[in-house]
Amino acid sequence: MLAIEADALRRTYTSRTGWLKPRRTETEAVRGVTFEVAPGELFGLLGPNGAGKTTTIKMLNTLLLPTSGTARVFGHDVARDPVAVRRRIGYVFGGDRGLYDRLSALDNLRYFAELYGVEARDQKRRIAELLDLVGLVGREKESVEGYSRGMRQRLHIARGLLHRPDVLFLDEPSIGVDPVAARDLRRTVADLSAAGTTVLLTTHYMAEADELCGRIAVIAGGRICALGTPESLKSRVRGRDVLEIEAYGVDEERLDRVRRLPGVRGASVEDRGTLQVVTVQTGRSSAELHGPVLTALDGVRIGRVTSREPSLEDAYIAIVEEAAGGPDRSATPAEAEEPAV
Amino acid sequence: MRHVLRLVLVGVRTHVSYMSRSPIEITFAVLVPLVYATLAVYLFRAAGDPDRLLTASVGAGLMGIWGSVLFGSGGAVQNQRWLGTLETLVVAPAPLALVLLPITLATAVIGTYAMGATVLWGVVLFDVPLDFAHPLLFLLAVPVCVLALGMMGLLLAATFVLLRNANALANPLDTPVWLLSGLLVPVTVLPAWTQPLSWALPTTWGARAVHAATSGGDVITPLLVAAALGAGYALAAVLVLGRVERRARAAATLALA
Repeated sequence: MLAIEADALRRTYTSRTGWLKPRRTETEAVRGVTFEVAPGELFGLLGPNGAGKTTTIKMLNTLLLPTSGTARVFGHDVARDPVAVRRRIGYVFGGDRGLYDRLSALDNLRYFAELYGVEARDQKRRIAELLDLVGLVGREKESVEGYSRGMRQRLHIARGLLHRPDVLFLDEPSIGVDPVAARDLRRTVADLSAAGTTVLLTTHYMAEADELCGRIAVIAGGRICALGTPESLKSRVRGRDVLEIEAYGVDEERLDRVRRLPGVRGASVEDRGTLQVVTVQTGRSSAELHGPVLTALDGVRIGRVTSREPSLEDAYIAIVEEAAGGPDRSATPAEAEEPAV
Repeated sequence: MRHVLRLVLVGVRTHVSYMSRSPIEITFAVLVPLVYATLAVYLFRAAGDPDRLLTASVGAGLMGIWGSVLFGSGGAVQNQRWLGTLETLVVAPAPLALVLLPITLATAVIGTYAMGATVLWGVVLFDVPLDFAHPLLFLLAVPVCVLALGMMGLLLAATFVLLRNANALANPLDTPVWLLSGLLVPVTVLPAWTQPLSWALPTTWGARAVHAATSGGDVITPLLVAAALGAGYALAAVLVLGRVERRARAAATLALA
C-alpha cells in the first residue's frame, strides 16, 4: 500500500471583497497535482513562494478539503476519513510559533501526548526518547520563551513524533534556522527516514533537498512541473554550463540584456547583502559567452567570475522558469497567498 | 472514557497554567470584578441591606467568572490561532470538542481568581463577615458552577467560530447575561417576560446555587439543573463543532482556518 497518493488534487480559494456589491474572487492555488509516495520514502516538494506547496501539504494532512481530486494516506481518504489519517501522520512546520511558549518543553509535550492519544503509561518514556533524539535533554523544564529558534524547531519535531507517525509532513522546517541547527535537523530527518518513517518535505533549500530526498517534485503555479530523483532533475540541465558572476548594482535592464544573448538559457540574480550573484545558464562552452555577458553587464562593478557544473538549484530554476513561460526574472508565478490554517 | 477524562484534565491544567502566567491577564481578570464588588457593596449598603454584603461580594465574583468565560471562550479559537497552535490542535486525532473544552473550562477556572479576590476584598476593606449559610456546599457549588459555565463556554466558542466578529459580539453579551442570570440582583426583580431566558441559562442556576450556599436556601436542586443545562450546552456545541470543522476545512476562511 502506498503511503501517500494524490490524484488530480485541486484547491481553489474564494475571497469576497466589498460590502454593498460584494465581489467574489477565485484563485486556483493547486491545479491538479498527482503523485505517489512509497512507504519509507523521503519525498521533497520544491517550489517558489505561492507555488502551492503548503496548500498541497494541508490537503494531505486534512487541514484543508480539496476542491476536487482525491488524496489518501495509507489508504485513508483525507476528505472522508480525517481522523484515521490524523492518527498516522505528524505535522511539523517552520517558524517560531505553534508552541505554548510560557510553558516548558515538558509541559508542551505532555499536553500534545494526550491530544495525540499516547497511552499514559508510555508517555514518560516516549517524551524522554524524543528529548534525547532532538537534543533537548537538560533544557526540558525551561520555559519555551527562552528557547532559540533552532531549539523551538527541534521541539516541534519532537511534538510531531510523539505518536510515532507513519508519515511525517515537514513544511519548511529549516526556515530561519542557523546552519549548524539546520545540519542537525537534516541528520534527524535522515535518521527518521532510515528508521522507516515516510517523510514529505517542503523546502526552499536545494542543498537540503539534494542531500535528503530520494525523489523530488517541483511545483510551480499549482502544477507539478518535474518529478524525479535529484540526479534525474539535474540531468535536465546537464547540457548546460553555469556562469556565476559576483557583481554590485545589476538592474533588470542589464539582466534582460544578458537573457537576450544567443546561447543564454536563463539568468537570475540573488542578493547577498550588498553583493549580487548573477547566475547565467548557458549551453556547453560557457567560456565563449564570458565576453558577451560581461559586455551586457557593462557599467556594473564586477567581482569574481566562475564557471561550474549545474547543480540541483540550477535545474530547479530552469524548471520553474520554463513553467513560468520561458526565462523569467522573478521565477515566482503570482499565486494566491496560502492562508494559515 | 478514562482517556477522555485524562485529556480534559491535562488540557485544563495546561491551559490554566498557561493563562496564569500572564500577569496582565490575571490583573485584569481580578481588577474588573473588584470594581463591581466595590459598587455592589455600596449599593447594598445604600439600599439598607447590610446583611447581604457577602452576597454582593460573591455576586461580583460570579460576574468575574462569567466575564472570563465569555471573553476567554469566545476568543478561544482566535487565541490559539494567534499563538499558532491551532493547526497542531486541529491536526491531532482528538475531536475538536475535546480540544476546545479544556480551554473553555480553563477560562472558567481562571474566573475563580476573581471570586477569591472579591470575597477577600469585602472582608479586608468592608468588614464583610464570612458567614456562609452552607460553607461546605459553597465549596461544592462554586466548582460545579465553574464546570457548567465552562461547558456553556464551549457552545460560545463553537458558535463564535461561525461568527467572524466574535470579539465584537462578546461585549454586548456581558451585561445582559449577568443581569438575566441574577448574578448580583435576583431575577425576580426583572420583567416577567425575561424569566424563560433566565431559566435557559446555566449561569442562572449556578448563581442561584452559589447564592443559596451563601445566604441560605436549596443548593442541590439549582446545582443539578446548572450541571444538566451545562451538559446540554456542551452537547449542542459538539454537534455544532462537527459542522464547523468541516466548513472551516472547505472554506478556509473561517476563524478556524
